[in-house]
Amino acid sequence: MWRQALWDEPLIFEINKTGSSRQGIMIPKEDIEDDVSIPDSLRRKEIDLPELTENEVVRHFVRLSQMNYGVDTGMMPLGSCTMKYNPKSEELAQTITEDYHPLQDESTVQGTLEMVYETQEWLKEVTGMDECSLQVPAGSAGELAGVIMMRKYHLGKMSHKDEMLVADTAHGTNPASASMGGYKVVYIKSNEEGLVDVDLLRSTVSERTAGFMLTNPNTLGLFEENIAEISKVIHEKGGLLYYDGANLNGILGIVRPGDMGFDVVHLNLHKTFGVPHGGGGPGAGALCAKGEMARYLPYPIVKKADGKFTLYKPERSIGKISSFNGNIGNVARAYVYILGLGKEGISEIARLSTLATNYLIYKLKDSNLELRSPDRPRKHEVVFSAKRIYDETGVSALDIAKGLLDEGFYAPTIYFPPIVEEALMIEPTETESIETLDMFANALLKIIENAYKNPDRLRQSPSNTAVSRLDQTKANHPSTVTPSYKVEKLRLLLKNDLILK
Amino acid sequence: MTHPWLPNLSSKEDILKAMGKTENDLFSDVPKELMIKGELSLPHARSEYEVKMRLRELKDKNVELKYPPFLGGGVCPHYVPEAVKFIIGRSEFYTSYTPYQPEISQGILQALYEYQSLMAEILDMEVVNSSMYDWGSSLAEAVLMAFRINGRKKVIIPELINPLHEEVLRTWTEPRGIQLVKVRPNEEGTLDLDDLSRKLNGEVSSIYVEQPNFYGILEDNLETVVDLARKLKVVTIMGVNPLSLSLIKPPGEYGVDIAVGDGQELGIPLNYGGPYMGIMAVRWDARLVRQMPGRIVGKTKDENGRQGYTLILQTREQFARREKATSNITTNEALMAIANAVYISLLGKNGFKELGEEIYKRSHYAMRKIVKELGYSRKFQGDFFEEFEINLKNYDKVHNALLRHGIHGGLKLSDTSSLLCVTEVHSKKAIDEMVSVMKEVM
Ligand SMILES: Cc1ncc(COP(=O)(O)O)c(C=O)c1O
Repeated sequence: MWRQALWDEPLIFEINKTGSSRQGIMIPKEDIEDDVSIPDSLRRKEIDLPELTENEVVRHFVRLSQMNYGVDTGMMPLGSCTMKYNPKSEELAQTITEDYHPLQDESTVQGTLEMVYETQEWLKEVTGMDECSLQVPAGSAGELAGVIMMRKYHLGKMSHKDEMLVADTAHGTNPASASMGGYKVVYIKSNEEGLVDVDLLRSTVSERTAGFMLTNPNTLGLFEENIAEISKVIHEKGGLLYYDGANLNGILGIVRPGDMGFDVVHLNLHKTFGVPHGGGGPGAGALCAKGEMARYLPYPIVKKADGKFTLYKPERSIGKISSFNGNIGNVARAYVYILGLGKEGISEIARLSTLATNYLIYKLKDSNLELRSPDRPRKHEVVFSAKRIYDETGVSALDIAKGLLDEGFYAPTIYFPPIVEEALMIEPTETESIETLDMFANALLKIIENAYKNPDRLRQSPSNTAVSRLDQTKANHPSTVTPSYKVEKLRLLLKNDLILK
Repeated sequence: MTHPWLPNLSSKEDILKAMGKTENDLFSDVPKELMIKGELSLPHARSEYEVKMRLRELKDKNVELKYPPFLGGGVCPHYVPEAVKFIIGRSEFYTSYTPYQPEISQGILQALYEYQSLMAEILDMEVVNSSMYDWGSSLAEAVLMAFRINGRKKVIIPELINPLHEEVLRTWTEPRGIQLVKVRPNEEGTLDLDDLSRKLNGEVSSIYVEQPNFYGILEDNLETVVDLARKLKVVTIMGVNPLSLSLIKPPGEYGVDIAVGDGQELGIPLNYGGPYMGIMAVRWDARLVRQMPGRIVGKTKDENGRQGYTLILQTREQFARREKATSNITTNEALMAIANAVYISLLGKNGFKELGEEIYKRSHYAMRKIVKELGYSRKFQGDFFEEFEINLKNYDKVHNALLRHGIHGGLKLSDTSSLLCVTEVHSKKAIDEMVSVMKEVM
């Protein structure tokens, strides 16, 4: 039986109990005259930092790592997150990025620039776009850049457009990015099948429409088969089509955003292209554009001229979204990923991830999980509704998720997209074997069976993890919220009279 | 066909058969005319060994410098200890996701809580989030926060702001109609307070100061700046190099509202542009905390009364609030925050101070040597940390001579001006050699 490690690991500040002086790094010292010192008016007082030796620090963090779960530990079917295996060879890539300064003379980093250039070329090819910028550090930053590009494009055309259309299945980042870019967000409701309602779209699009932000396959895992028509409707009114390609896993090697009529697309190299997620980041993004829109991309972009690689700024570039060249350390990991799969492997990604999703649907078809448009094939992910189970047993999507933790799996994404009640969003990816898929399906079936037999027990899960369910009220209440050790100390000092107001 | 990363590649047909489907059935909804025809123009699959050889080939095309470059401008070369690399390489951290399921993710949650706590001590501020992308984007988010708080559109920034940060700030805030107003430096290279008071008024949303500024110069009058701003209810934002806070007063001591910066200098390699580590912190004030973007980890208890950690105040975020969220940020730089936490823990109270002092000493040694032996001058006379500007007659000539010796000199600010960065990775020998090559081409 699976059981997660549990260490009673104190906070790093509370390990050294003697107050003795310890240090985990020896600082190199040069023998140079030291008649210089910070002016007294600027000098800082003592800082409360831990005092520990290297071995104490290492053991502390290793123990913490044992109370964590990564895709190297087991399957993480988190929908919309694409938790595929991150090949170990990606780590080799650091040799051409780690020690190079982003403002170094270009002549000294030709090899690194060549790697970035090749990655740009490959991403152009798989997206069908004309140019890619790797300056965006993540998907959301790509969306923001894309929205700002659309804004600058319309302003240049002197057309006053103040609305951004967003599908109601969209990831929360789409409306958030649109509003950061200064647009009013207008939602396009999905039809019965879970697809964009083209008639509704037609009647909503107007001269005020700057663009339409869309994911295809959408977050229900459904391919928007009317995409050509959607593209026509938007473009006829002078709008632009934005592709949220955070997750290209469902179409990679099958169909390309550029061929579907999209003008701007962002990719998450930390989803589709194998960059590890690091517990929330860092990732790396790519922002690709077609035709005239390519001139608005954020810079720098690597270009090749006379056999030399240089950084350049497109003519009407919106500028910089991050301070330097983008998360190149992770671009290099994606480079290794693409090289390791090659054209043969890349062409199989959507085929195999789609196969895995539809296999799970097949295995779960007799469960009480419900599916909108059950006869339509899913792509890289599927969203089940546990509403019927909830109505009949009181066991919610959250309880099912916690039940899966007890079975040694990570949980699916839950309660997203918001248009599905008691949503369980499952994305198995192409790197889970048929054996693991079977185990996962069986675990889920067992949990549903238990929902009917012993719902109370499920509502108390998980119990095989380091801790059980956490008190969210205490965590968030203004009189108990504790975001740092500093606040803990203040609470002690003020006898808990520290309210966040 | 088999591939080491694709377990079901060889059993595709069997799985399809079990399901009673064909591959075409799975893609029946994709219009035929849109599908990719023929092969993608990508390289053939390479074995790990071949990939390694290709990377070696690329590395050989880079110039192997004799010493780490004397380059800063927002990120600086430092030594990253093996223990830091080892911990962030632990795959339980490295291959995990944002801890949406806290019960199974206590490790990363506690590590991030410790990052927040360690950074809170360094900044002397109570609430630190678990990371933005980098300094520039943290600054942009801070300015947008201030705009949401007071609805004003004017923002004061120093003329000696890092130009890269300024550029990011402009890109992010221009769509919201934010206007940037610059304050001149005085002879010292610090903020000209007269110019500042002329520009500061009730229409100003926030004021941003950088410590040290782009020229490495330490602002020595921030108490006055914060005082002036507070009277007009202007939000104060301070950008800091956290490493300099080993020696100088932290933002919290000035009572600023928001602190931003980059954690790169605390255990993160240069990475040719990223990943870095955007720092963002605010004072203990609900108005600020509720407008703060990004993930925050908090301490709580589980159902059995055991101590635990979880993501808190999530109603600020995009998945809950969509277009009304405080930001669109989702993926952040969490693992880099852990690198910061491990590095700061290793340094500890004494190491942190020792490191700051060593860098301060070495950079002053280099500046004095250049001024004394080459007769070059500095444009501004204020005291500095780690980076300093010098005027030379011909940047390109000096730069190329240095490169011929395998040394990368400072950053070009103009044809006659260079910004040099000296840290603990630049030995006395390296500094001396750089200066003697510069002397040759004088
Ligand atoms: C569909 C979709 N769009 C956008 C994003 C945002 O990307 P990122 O997390 O890299 O900012 C994500 C993932 O978080 C996503 O799944």
